[in-house]
Amino acid sequence: MPRASAASLWESTNRAGLTTERSLWAPDAEVSINALGGGSSLEGDAEALRGGSVLVRTASQLAAALALLEVDGIARRIVICPPDLAAEHLPYVIDTAEVNAVVTDGSAAEMNLPSIATRVRCGPNIRPGAVDRTSSHDTEWILFTSGTTGAPKMVVHSLTSLSGAITPGSSLAAPVVWATFYDIRRYGGLQILLRALLGGGSLVLSGLDEPVPDFLMRAQSHAVTHITGTPSHWRKALMFPAARCVTPQYARLSGEIADQAIIDHLRSFYPNAKVGHAFASTEAGVAFEVNDGLAGFPASYIGHMESGVDLEVENDTLHIRSPRTARRYLGTAAEALLDAGGFVDTGDVLELRKDRYHFVGRRGGIINVGGLKIHPEEVEAVINRHPAVRMSLVKSRKNPITGAIVAAEVVPVALPQGDDAAKQIEALKTDILEHCRASLAAHKVPAAIRLVPSLDVTPSGKIVRRDA
Amino acid sequence: MPDSVRATIISQFEQVASEQKRKLAPLTDERPLMESGLDSLCFAIVVARLEDALGYDPFSASSDVEFPVTFGDFIKFYENAAR
Repeated sequence: MPRASAASLWESTNRAGLTTERSLWAPDAEVSINALGGGSSLEGDAEALRGGSVLVRTASQLAAALALLEVDGIARRIVICPPDLAAEHLPYVIDTAEVNAVVTDGSAAEMNLPSIATRVRCGPNIRPGAVDRTSSHDTEWILFTSGTTGAPKMVVHSLTSLSGAITPGSSLAAPVVWATFYDIRRYGGLQILLRALLGGGSLVLSGLDEPVPDFLMRAQSHAVTHITGTPSHWRKALMFPAARCVTPQYARLSGEIADQAIIDHLRSFYPNAKVGHAFASTEAGVAFEVNDGLAGFPASYIGHMESGVDLEVENDTLHIRSPRTARRYLGTAAEALLDAGGFVDTGDVLELRKDRYHFVGRRGGIINVGGLKIHPEEVEAVINRHPAVRMSLVKSRKNPITGAIVAAEVVPVALPQGDDAAKQIEALKTDILEHCRASLAAHKVPAAIRLVPSLDVTPSGKIVRRDA
Repeated sequence: MPDSVRATIISQFEQVASEQKRKLAPLTDERPLMESGLDSLCFAIVVARLEDALGYDPFSASSDVEFPVTFGDFIKFYENAAR
């Protein structure tokens, strides 16, 4: 849309307060947000970006964050490339999103994309000078879904839909310092960047391939108060002694099912912190937060919530309608993102237990054991409650009798060592199986357990599910 | 080593029967599998565990295998696949 009706990201960030020192910290650079008031992180003809469809493709998260602050309200559209977007998909992205300009801190290859007229370099060096950030456009924000295969899927958001769950900050409150295991170029991380910017706080960004302990130590050196990540991020982070060095006031889980084990683990690890989990997805936006220390959410959330979010359960699956959902998928051949009633089908399956809904898994992830259906996540939630277990992955294994059977890979808190390691491993496996049998139907109990030193996590922080 | 295949199979039958709280009939070679005391979920688990223990799954060797009828057939089925 050619005229801006809402404040731009820069205007709102400014409004959230520049009186206190606010920063964005990366491993190798830091930028005072205040400095952007008197200069620019862009090098080149920034005014040429006005009204364009701008691809933001950077190596560093900090450069991307600055580019978003500079370009929202100026560009007609911003396409935010996640770090793992393969170069082979760029022609499709450029074509589908009608990209005519690129903002990058990167290599010559990025700068020489064919068919792109405007190239602007960005980075953490703020060059002083007058900048015209008068907003002229209600910029479309194009995000990529965390889908794994094939051509990337792009969804259309706006700053309004992205910031719908965020309360504007007050400069009177104690300054909030956020840190996130997420990358800000995906929905989950972008939420945290926006929370920091619009809420008047600062943010510690992780570096590419930065070891988790280094990131935690760095976050602590900036007096981090709020830390967020997926349950998989947290299960990994809590393995490191450095996790003891941070003392957050708030630890937040989202992006995967937060089971009771990880919530309890975080609560005992950080007894002075509020531990919450949130339901959000790139398509559905942030739907709700749960801060009562329990997995799942109260059944009373279903229906119209005070926040303006409507929740429905249809075919046992969560459907969401809210001003925070994306508007549509990008591309002429794209499927509908919203149904006729304006709801997003999340594909997340719910189960009502007493007065609480619990997430049990993804609609597409069901294991069928001789006609009986099992969600891997419900089995993982039970395995993860075993005190000797760090994390687990439950998957389908082909079987000549029942078609499929449940198999589990388990990361123990400590892998048995020494002369009787084999015996200890067998004993632990037996114990985990007994623990499963105590609370799961026979067909849901893994037929086989393998102890592994670690499990793969996707770039978006979710456990890698690949069925054997 | 046919003896060790037999021993492994017997031990898996006993293990799975005990886990699933099922009474195992005496495992003679003539015993029909359907009367062994194990149900299809138990057999599914036995086959998966045997694949882990022996390193092969004779059922996956070809798509049109006939499921063994007696306990003796079952052992032969695994022993033949081992050769």
